[in-house]
Amino acid sequence: MATFLGINLFGLFGQLLVGLINGSFYALLSLGLAIIFGLLKIINFAQGAMYMLGAFAAWLALNYLGINYWAALVVVPLVVGLVGVLMERFLIRPIANEDHLYSLLLTFGFALMLQGLFTHMYGSSGLSYSIPEALSGGTKLPFMYLPDYRAWIICASVVVCGLTWWMIEKTKLGAYLRAGTENPQLMQAFGINVPLIVTLTFGFGVALAGLAGVMAAPIYSVTPDMGSNLLIVVFAIVVIGGMGSIGGAILTGLGMGVIEGLTKYFYPEASNTVIFLVMVIVLLLKPAGLFGKEA
Amino acid sequence: MSTHREKLRIADLHAFYGESHILHGIDMHVMQGELVTLLGRNGSGRSTTLRAIMNMVGRRTGSININGTETIGLPAHKIAHLGLGYCPEERGIFSSLNVEENLLLPPPVRSDGMSVEELYEMFPNLYERRYSQGTRLSGGEQQMLALARILRSGANILLLDEITEGLAPVIVQKLGEVLVKLKERGLTILLVEQNFRFAAPIADRHYVMEHGHIVEEVQADELEAKTELLNTYLGV
Ligand SMILES: Nc1ncnc2c1ncn2[C@@H]1O[C@H](COP(=O)(O)OP(=O)(O)OP(=O)(O)O)[C@@H](O)[C@H]1O
Ligand SMILES: [Mg+2]
Repeated sequence: MATFLGINLFGLFGQLLVGLINGSFYALLSLGLAIIFGLLKIINFAQGAMYMLGAFAAWLALNYLGINYWAALVVVPLVVGLVGVLMERFLIRPIANEDHLYSLLLTFGFALMLQGLFTHMYGSSGLSYSIPEALSGGTKLPFMYLPDYRAWIICASVVVCGLTWWMIEKTKLGAYLRAGTENPQLMQAFGINVPLIVTLTFGFGVALAGLAGVMAAPIYSVTPDMGSNLLIVVFAIVVIGGMGSIGGAILTGLGMGVIEGLTKYFYPEASNTVIFLVMVIVLLLKPAGLFGKEA
Repeated sequence: MSTHREKLRIADLHAFYGESHILHGIDMHVMQGELVTLLGRNGSGRSTTLRAIMNMVGRRTGSININGTETIGLPAHKIAHLGLGYCPEERGIFSSLNVEENLLLPPPVRSDGMSVEELYEMFPNLYERRYSQGTRLSGGEQQMLALARILRSGANILLLDEITEGLAPVIVQKLGEVLVKLKERGLTILLVEQNFRFAAPIADRHYVMEHGHIVEEVQADELEAKTELLNTYLGV
């Protein structure tokens, strides 16, 4: 067995890979949350449910409509995004002027309903979704075996997050979004339909969760509570990265996945709590988060 | 072709922020190519008048006719497209955007806006600092940026709120020259000003506000005769 300074390299790289995979999902989910928080100033507690919805939609699409994984990668985010658009338009907007606590509770309730609905229809034991044929192989690297599907997840997540970052930070559309985050009233005065941008942004943020759900279906079991389990960690990540910081959400998502993986190797007992420990430390030292702007 | 010589007509305008009733029945109008000022003491409701025109107050009633279109029931994002450009008192430069992004931000509201080149020529400082963060500019540069970006949008009715506030005399002079140039191009300007010496030589007409009412209208050629009256209203 390959060891270095007493470290089992196979074990270490294995956990690093698991960490990167988890981090890829953290990044996609926290990115969606950060985008929504930036413009709407609301915390979307339904983000986890949308991830779950994405995974179920992929499963349903395959089993009832014969839509394969690759098509689902496109179709499911659109469908989940549409659910987000309707949710913003008909649930969140009517209470937009109330205390944000209401929208928080509303999205939380919506998530519970959705989760209850799927538990009722499909039970809680989980459905399985097989890895697409083209990605069922793997590559042998020094110290580890890298399954193609896992490599694909990491690459796809990095590309999607990178493109989203580029769109927000470097394009005209992104300038509308950034400016709308800063001063929506003035944007309206310039003739920009801010409510429409808000709706589409919410839809996009939610669609990212739907995409993550499709990508997760083949490696995690598809269960109604898959989203709620993940969401707590994702919230911690958004807080660590800094509320509303786009780059921060992405980097922190990947980084926390890796830290979690390393902890699993060096001190497994702490692997479920390490992210929250980091959160506490960051909040104490830098209350606005690693990449957040100090108020 | 514009058949409406009257670009802006406001009748019995009331505006509210929550429970506070701020404007109490404003009547005023601005003709095409005119430069009209809103004078008054702090808190008299001048900014609120501009914000009410842009539908940026809590609630408003009465009538605001822009270029022949009644806008009192129009959502805020439709108003600029009637040819309005608004420059807020706090300037509203976006810190998450660089200078050029700020300049390009407002979408065109009419087809014949000034080009970026033309604007950089008018305000060379902006060109030099086009990749700086918007809020890193000096106060004067930020003011020029706030003005330049609405000129680019093609707006031909400008609502400008205290654009000279806190700026050095050379910059105030520069802004005065710019306003004269814009007037020559036929733009219509409603200017909120504290600096009466800046406004007096370039304005055609003045409205004086007090406690949310218009209490006096003064033509440019009546200024001298009404100096004393103005001084009591403005408390100078
Ligand atoms: N957002 C707001 N909510 C409640 N009241 C407001 C708000 N903004 C302004 N006011 C009040 O409305 C009145 C008019 O304010 P406005 O800003 O129009 O004055 P102004 O003439 O522009 O004066 P200045 O800019 O020199 O202070 C003031 O009494 C002010 O306190
Ligand atoms: Mg004011």
